[in-house]
Amino acid sequence: MYSKEVMDHFKNPRNIGGMPDADGIGKIGNKICGDVMWVYIKVKKENGKEKISDIKFQTFGCVAAVSSSSMTTELAKGKTLDEAMKITRDDVAEALEGLPPIKLHCSNLAAEALHAAIRDYYKKTGRLPENRYKSNLN
Amino acid sequence: MSVNRIYLDNAATTPVDPEVINAMAPYFTEKFGNASSLHSYGREAARAISDARKTISKKVNAKNHKLVFTSGGTESNNLALKGIAFANKEKGKHIITTKLEHDCVLNACKWLQKQGFKITYLPVDREGFVDLKTLEDAIRKDTVIVSIIHANNEIGTIEPIAEIGKICSDHGVYFHTDACQSFTKVPIDLEKQRIDLLSINSHKIYGPKGVGGLFVRQGVKLDPLLHGGGHEFGLRSGTENVAGIMGFAKAADIMREKHVEHMAKLRDMLIEGALEIGDCWLNGPRHERLCNNAHFSFKYIEGESLIIHLDLRGIATSTGSACSSKSLEPSHVLTAIGLKPEEAHGSIRFSLGKDNTNEEIEYTLEVLRESVETLRKISPFKR
Repeated sequence: MYSKEVMDHFKNPRNIGGMPDADGIGKIGNKICGDVMWVYIKVKKENGKEKISDIKFQTFGCVAAVSSSSMTTELAKGKTLDEAMKITRDDVAEALEGLPPIKLHCSNLAAEALHAAIRDYYKKTGRLPENRYKSNLN
Repeated sequence: MSVNRIYLDNAATTPVDPEVINAMAPYFTEKFGNASSLHSYGREAARAISDARKTISKKVNAKNHKLVFTSGGTESNNLALKGIAFANKEKGKHIITTKLEHDCVLNACKWLQKQGFKITYLPVDREGFVDLKTLEDAIRKDTVIVSIIHANNEIGTIEPIAEIGKICSDHGVYFHTDACQSFTKVPIDLEKQRIDLLSINSHKIYGPKGVGGLFVRQGVKLDPLLHGGGHEFGLRSGTENVAGIMGFAKAADIMREKHVEHMAKLRDMLIEGALEIGDCWLNGPRHERLCNNAHFSFKYIEGESLIIHLDLRGIATSTGSACSSKSLEPSHVLTAIGLKPEEAHGSIRFSLGKDNTNEEIEYTLEVLRESVETLRKISPFKR
C-alpha cells in the first residue's frame, strides 16, 4: 500500500519534536478527523535572504500523515521562505514516491502546516504579507 | 508460521490446521465425486457431507435444525435475512437488528430497506450490550425476525443470546444470530437458547476459506438466494464444496475447551499488560468477552500508525481507526459504543489463536509499549 520512501520516513521520521524558541509555528488539522500536524521553524538571515535554518514537527495521524510531515520538513530545511512557501502537496507526495489517493490530503496538510508556520513568522515579525502568501493549496 | 512473525489477527482469519488439510485432501483426488451422482463416487461424497453435517450439528446441539452449507459467513447472514424477509412477507416486513452487526448484516438490511422492508437498528451500551427491554419494546406485530450478533468481531462483546432467544420465542418472531466469531469458542445450544437460525463459518476456526453454514430450524419459512439443482434442502443450490465441508467439520471437531482456556489466559495477560502502558482503555466488556479478543484505544496516537509500527516488528494486528478505512470514517462498532471520533482513532484489535504462546504475548507487550512511546513522542498531544 505504501511506497518504500513513505515507509522509510515512517520508520525513521526526520526532524521530530517541539521547538521552545521557534520563530514560527503552524498548527493544522483537528483531532476529530484524525490528523493533526504542528510545524516549528527557526529562521536565519543569510546574504540578505531569510532561510529556514531549523525545522521540527509533531504529528498525530496515520502512516501517510507522519511520513508527509517528515518529508515536508526535509524539503523545507535550508530553503528561503519564498521557496518554502512554494512547496506544494504534489511536491511532498512526489518526493514520497506517491501516496494512496485517499491519503493525498495528508500531504496537503503537511504543506499547509509548513506554510502556516511561515505565515506565523511573518505575523510575529510584524509583516504578514498580503495575498502573495495566501496558500496555494486546494 | 515463520518464527519471526506473530499472528494476532485471528478474528480476520486463521491458518488451516494440518489435521484439517489431511481430512480434506482425499476429497480433491480419489473421493472427488459429485454428491448428487448415483454411482459409488457420488454416494461416497454424499455420505461424507452427511457425516460432516452430523459432526457440526453436535457442536451446537442441533436436533430440530437443518444445516445448510454455504460459502461462508457473509452468505449465511444474507441467506438468513433475505431468505426470511422474502418468505414471510405476508406476516410482516419489519426486521430488528443492532448497530453492532458485521457489515454483511448491516448492508443486507440496507438493501432490504430499499426493497420496502423496515429495519430497526437497536442501540448498544458502552460495552456493546443490547438492552433486553429495548429489544422487547421494538418488537411489533409485523416483526418477522430479530438478528443479533452472538459475539462482536471488533470488541468481543458476547450478547445474552439465551435471553434474546426467549424474548423472540415468546413473541413469535424468528431469532437469527451471527456466530461466526463465537462458534466453538462460546457454548451454543440451539434448543436451550431458542435460536432459529445460526450463521457459522470455517476459516475463523482453522478450517478452509469459502465454507460456512446456516442452521435453520425445521418449519422456518426461508426462500433460497441461489436457485438451481435444489441442493442443501433446496435452500442453497450448487454442487457442494465437499473438500471444504470435510475441512470445516474436522476443524469444528478438533476445537477443544482447552484451546478456549488457553486463549482466554493469553487475552487476560494481554489486557493486563497493555493497560499498564497508561493513557489507554479496553473497549468492550471485561467479562462476557470473546476468549480471543482484546481491543484497546490508546490516547494521543492513531491506530493505523500503531498497527504498521507493530507490523514492522512482525506483529500482525488490526484497527477500526478511521485512517485505515476507505471512507476515513471510524468503525461503526466503535461509534455505536459511543466513542468519539478522536477516541476511536487510536484503536487496535488483537485477536488470539490457539497456537499463540506466552512468549509471543510477552514480546508483543514489549513492542507495543515501545511503539506507543515512539508514536507519542511524535504526537503533539503527549507532553
